[in-house]
Amino acid sequence: MTVTVNKVIKRFLLLDFFSAFGTGMKYFFRPKATINYPHEKGPLSPRFRGEHALRRYANGEERCIACKLCEAICPAQAITIDAEAREDGSRRTTRYDIDMTKCIFCGLCQEACPVDAIVEGPNFEYATETREELFYDKDKLLENGARWEAEIAMNIQLDAPYR
Amino acid sequence: MTNLKKIIIDGNEVEVDGAMTILQAAEVAGIEIPRFCYHERLSIAGNCRMCLVEVVGGPPKPAASCAMQVRDLRPGPEGQPPVVKTKSPMVKKAREGVMEFLLLNHPLDCPICDQGGECDLQDQAMAYGVDFSRSREAKRSMTDLDLGPLVATTMTRCISCTRCVRFTSEVAGIMTMGQTGRGEDAEITTYLNATLDSNLQGNIIDLCPVGALTSKPYAFTARPWELRKTETIDVMDALGSNIRVDTKGREVKRIVPRNHDGVNEEWLSDKGRFIWDGLARQRLDTPYIRVNGKLQKASWDEAMAAVVTAMTGKKVAAIAGDLASVEAMYALKALVGGAGGNVECRVDGAYLPLGDRSGYVGTATIADIDDAQMIQLIGTNPRDEAPVLNARIRAAWARGANIGLIGDEVDLTYEYTHMGNTVADIEKMLNVDYKQVLDVPSIIIVGQGALQGKDGEAVMDAVKRIAELTDSKFMVLHTAAARVGGMDIGFATEGGMITALDGAAVVYNLGADELDIDAGPFVIYQGSHGDRGAHRADVILPSAAYTEESAIFVNTEGRPQMAQRAAFAPGDAREGWAIIRALSGALGAELPFNNLSELRAAMFAEVPHLAALDSVPENEWKAADVKPLGKRAIKYAVSDYYLTNPIARASGIMSEVSKSALGAKMAAE
Repeated sequence: MTVTVNKVIKRFLLLDFFSAFGTGMKYFFRPKATINYPHEKGPLSPRFRGEHALRRYANGEERCIACKLCEAICPAQAITIDAEAREDGSRRTTRYDIDMTKCIFCGLCQEACPVDAIVEGPNFEYATETREELFYDKDKLLENGARWEAEIAMNIQLDAPYR
Repeated sequence: MTNLKKIIIDGNEVEVDGAMTILQAAEVAGIEIPRFCYHERLSIAGNCRMCLVEVVGGPPKPAASCAMQVRDLRPGPEGQPPVVKTKSPMVKKAREGVMEFLLLNHPLDCPICDQGGECDLQDQAMAYGVDFSRSREAKRSMTDLDLGPLVATTMTRCISCTRCVRFTSEVAGIMTMGQTGRGEDAEITTYLNATLDSNLQGNIIDLCPVGALTSKPYAFTARPWELRKTETIDVMDALGSNIRVDTKGREVKRIVPRNHDGVNEEWLSDKGRFIWDGLARQRLDTPYIRVNGKLQKASWDEAMAAVVTAMTGKKVAAIAGDLASVEAMYALKALVGGAGGNVECRVDGAYLPLGDRSGYVGTATIADIDDAQMIQLIGTNPRDEAPVLNARIRAAWARGANIGLIGDEVDLTYEYTHMGNTVADIEKMLNVDYKQVLDVPSIIIVGQGALQGKDGEAVMDAVKRIAELTDSKFMVLHTAAARVGGMDIGFATEGGMITALDGAAVVYNLGADELDIDAGPFVIYQGSHGDRGAHRADVILPSAAYTEESAIFVNTEGRPQMAQRAAFAPGDAREGWAIIRALSGALGAELPFNNLSELRAAMFAEVPHLAALDSVPENEWKAADVKPLGKRAIKYAVSDYYLTNPIARASGIMSEVSKSALGAKMAAE
């Protein structure tokens, strides 16, 4: 009997409505969680693993020495490297390809790199219209490095105390 | 005779020859002791100190196990066997200390070092070292040596194990390398900055436990973990060295030796090691037909049709070159011989007795050289014809064997008695009284240079007679990997090349590039490289090279060995036997085998000893009757070691080495 009486009272006083309305109003006045994405962006950790880049030294010399450790450690086998001696006798890559469709963004390549050449930068906005555009070659990766060098260098610096 | 001693290593009691070192005894007991300077085939140096072990009851310091013999260990108080520990805290501490010292001056450049991934120092630092260094000093650096076009040096990485010095002076027989200075100033150098003048120099790359000596042509191109390894046989000389071909994708990246005590021990000649770039150049990758005097690309069907038109109803002769596999020769013999044509594999004109295996192979094995006390070289310069075999003769000489040579005086890296350079000097040997040396183990090695020419048969008989008189073992040192196999399956005609090619309207040339075929006959060339043979051809059928097909080769001592496919042939090139099988179908004379195993089964039924891979059959001696000899001066079969076959002539590395060797020779004169 009491159950029925409670139900009747609840229904006539619109209690369900007010509690739901209250919840709605609570979130209405709270600061918004969504952002206006292309114009606003959320914060990224310095450890964020985004699009790959090949870095250069400040004097313009490419960092990569073709040791092939990233190729060896890559669990998705997304990296392909060919190397030979450059004219000055130094060890350099002639080909450095990353198949971004294979990559699982685990970050092992940047962990393996002894010279901080291959890094996963903060960029995640590199969607393409065709699949082929995601097969990155050395030029594309070096260009990424040039474009993102300031952010990448800052991230490495910020993360350095924890390594 | 043997002086067996008991020794307890880590609780395992083993009984070994007292002359063995602790390190060798530990190997018998199955215990691994790390080492850098010690190498089974070189003398003991004892300078890296990595092999330190604890000898219980001995002096209170660790002992270098590579340099201490088991018989020098003191037994226990009641005569118990001496006890050695390799895993005690003392040994661990000693190894860590040695490793720290070795790494004091070793640069941390593993990422750019070609040895990375197969480096003894890397591996042992992981296994026996510590993960820190107490050194805060600057590292020592060194100037790099110029050792020639094959061996790259980074002397800063050197840990002064002196393996390279010992190899070059003991095995290769050149006294160019050495160590100067002491302590931190100790460095490996070459005498007067000379480059290495040896065709075994590539072996120091394998011997170097660190990345101080690396391969120049291979530099930076691949890592050991990305290479696919195929165990196969070398065909650059007739020794049949066991090799491992490393490929990345379709490309052969490098060739390294495998151990085979009976053949090449663990060495490899430079031609066998650095030939690989020739496998990618000058390749025939599509059939060609000569139209109006010019070779033009064609399809297989067109080429086959041209061959059928040319061969039908004509007298065909087949010749086989230096690198032909036994299978291809067998198929070709069945095809051409079946139609009544002549076949011939002795394209260099050297006389080899058809059917007499004791004549064209001999009775000695390569391992017999080790025990020989008298070695007579006749018309052969083994340093050029089979460098690894020459190192073996040198080792016998170092053990006290006497070497004699008939032929031009050359530097063989050991002392020998020069006994003239003409055929007449061979005749002189027939008239010597050998009674006193009958018991001495001896070998007579005759080269192709002595057997070439009109009196080749007489020379062969005379040499065999000398072997009978001296009770020696007899060995024919071939220069071509295909020759013994060709003779085994009877790919020859009585009378040699002249009879074989006599009156032939069509010549089927299976990769013979070292001879000129007279104008006249229609020439079908089946081979892998665009060399002399291909230029003279009317139809070219592209076939696989030795790394691209499974094939049997019989080496100079008569040991059949199986080569394996390490890579695929380029373009439209096909396996040698398969081309001939397809051609037989087109000619309407189908050969009775449809695949390689059927071909081998048929071949083994005919020539059973080929089936016993990697064993040397004993050959029945056939006595020779001596014929009069001329006075011809003997010319060695190999004039330029680095350019003996089409693959070598296509190789850029080989032509560079050949040039620098020639330059060195001219500078010396």
